[in-house]
Parts: sequence; C-alpha cells; structure tokens
Amino acid sequence: MKLLIVDDSLIVRRAIERTLARSRFTELRTASNGRLALEEFDRFQPDVVTMDITMPEMDGLAAVDAIIRRAPATIILVVSALADKSTAVEAIKRGASGFLLKPVTAQSIQEAMEEVLTD
Amino acid sequence: MEENILKVFALSTARYFDQVAAGGAILGTPYLRAEGELVALDYAAIIGISGAYHGGVYYTAPHAKLEKLLPIIGEVTPDSQLCADLIGEIANSIAGNAREHLGAGFMISPPFVLTGRSGDVQTPKGTPCYVLPVTWNGHVSRVLVTIESVERGGT
Repeated sequence: MKLLIVDDSLIVRRAIERTLARSRFTELRTASNGRLALEEFDRFQPDVVTMDITMPEMDGLAAVDAIIRRAPATIILVVSALADKSTAVEAIKRGASGFLLKPVTAQSIQEAMEEVLTD
Repeated sequence: MEENILKVFALSTARYFDQVAAGGAILGTPYLRAEGELVALDYAAIIGISGAYHGGVYYTAPHAKLEKLLPIIGEVTPDSQLCADLIGEIANSIAGNAREHLGAGFMISPPFVLTGRSGDVQTPKGTPCYVLPVTWNGHVSRVLVTIESVERGGT
C-alpha cells in the first residue's frame, strides 16, 4: 500500500512517517500543503492519505474534496488540531474515513490508522 | 475577555503537555500584559484568529525547552529548524484544541513563526493581552491570548 502524508509541520510529517513506515506501507511520500498534496497525489496515486486541515495555500478540507473527486476509494485519515465536533463531521461528510486529533503520538497514529484500514 | 476563555487556553495547553510529554506542565496565574512588557523568548509562533473572534494566540518558548521536547517526540538531533517547526505546531495545537469549547467560528490561521527576541511580540493595540506562564522541565514559556468576540464587540 502507498501512503501520502500531508501536513505543513515537518515534525508531524516525520512523526507519522516514522510510525507508519514500520507498518504495512511499502511507499511513503509527503506534502506540506493541499495544493502540493494534489500534485503529489496525481503522480503517486496513493491508497491512503493522512491530511492536516489548517495549511497555507490550500486547506485540508478542500484537498479532501479534490482527492475524493479524483479517486473516491482513497482512504483519508484527517489529522488536525481542530477539536470542535463539526470539523470532524465535515471531514467525514466530504469523504474522509477517520479523524485524529492533534497533538499526536506514535500510539495514537498507529491506532487511528488501524481503525480506518479495518473499517 | 472572559475568565472562561482563559481557562479554555489553559486546558488546551495542559492537554498538549499531557499528550506529548506525559504531563509535568505547571500553569501559572494568567495576568494582563503591561504596556511595553517584553514577553518574547527565543521562538514565538503566532496564530491569527478570525470568524466569530478576532485577534491572535501566541506561544513563545526558549530554545532549551524546545530542544528538550524534541527527543520526546522522536527527533533525536534537535536543531533550530525543528525548534521553529515545533513552536508552530504547539501554537497550532493550543489554538485548534480551543475550538472544542469556542466552536468552529473560532477560525485559526497556519502558524507564523518568529525566531530571536528582536522586536518582541506585537499584539493588536486596544485589545487586552493575557499572558499564561507555563513551566515544564524547569523552563518557562508563555501563551499569549489577545482575542475579542466579533458578535459582542469584546469578551
């Protein structure tokens, strides 16, 4: 399986990469905002995407919309600090498979990913 | 600003250190920043607030504190780039988590990071700025909250 990690924070991208590189993903790539994520998505065709919401240039909700239009079967785990319920609900409505609240730990990343992959 | 709003940011700040560093953060008593008071430490991150509120949420910390936090999150060779990234992510988490209580109308920008103490942290004139001291592992950092409710023309 191929994974695309999208977050404007380098340390979050690296934390997710370190955690999930040890799991079932054979290839991982990263992007630092929604616009770059779409460019990378078209080149890389990942099966799974982790997506931040608050990012410069294009936010994660707009990127979720665009990815689901391109490839509706993509599994998207939204990873965001936005803790209100309506944001999580909105992400799921747009086609995300799950929502993980920041700050993240290796354990929370692993558990959230297992959950969206087994759903 | 309502006392309840300061409590929201205190909760968000405590949650960050509970989640990432298994606790240990001691929150001091919030106070109103005096005019001209220098508050910036080595790194500062600014989150712009819009929507139902306007203003900003800031987090500022010394290099030594960020350098100690980085290995806890898996970064074994801390450097200034990672410290700058971490300060932005802490500010993002504190402001974003506050939406649990303040709602989706509390809209946050991506973090803007400043390094060095030159010029100090500029907050909007005419809006009170509250300082929440945070001590972790012997290092003092500060959360600054300067927001007003748009609907009520001030909180």
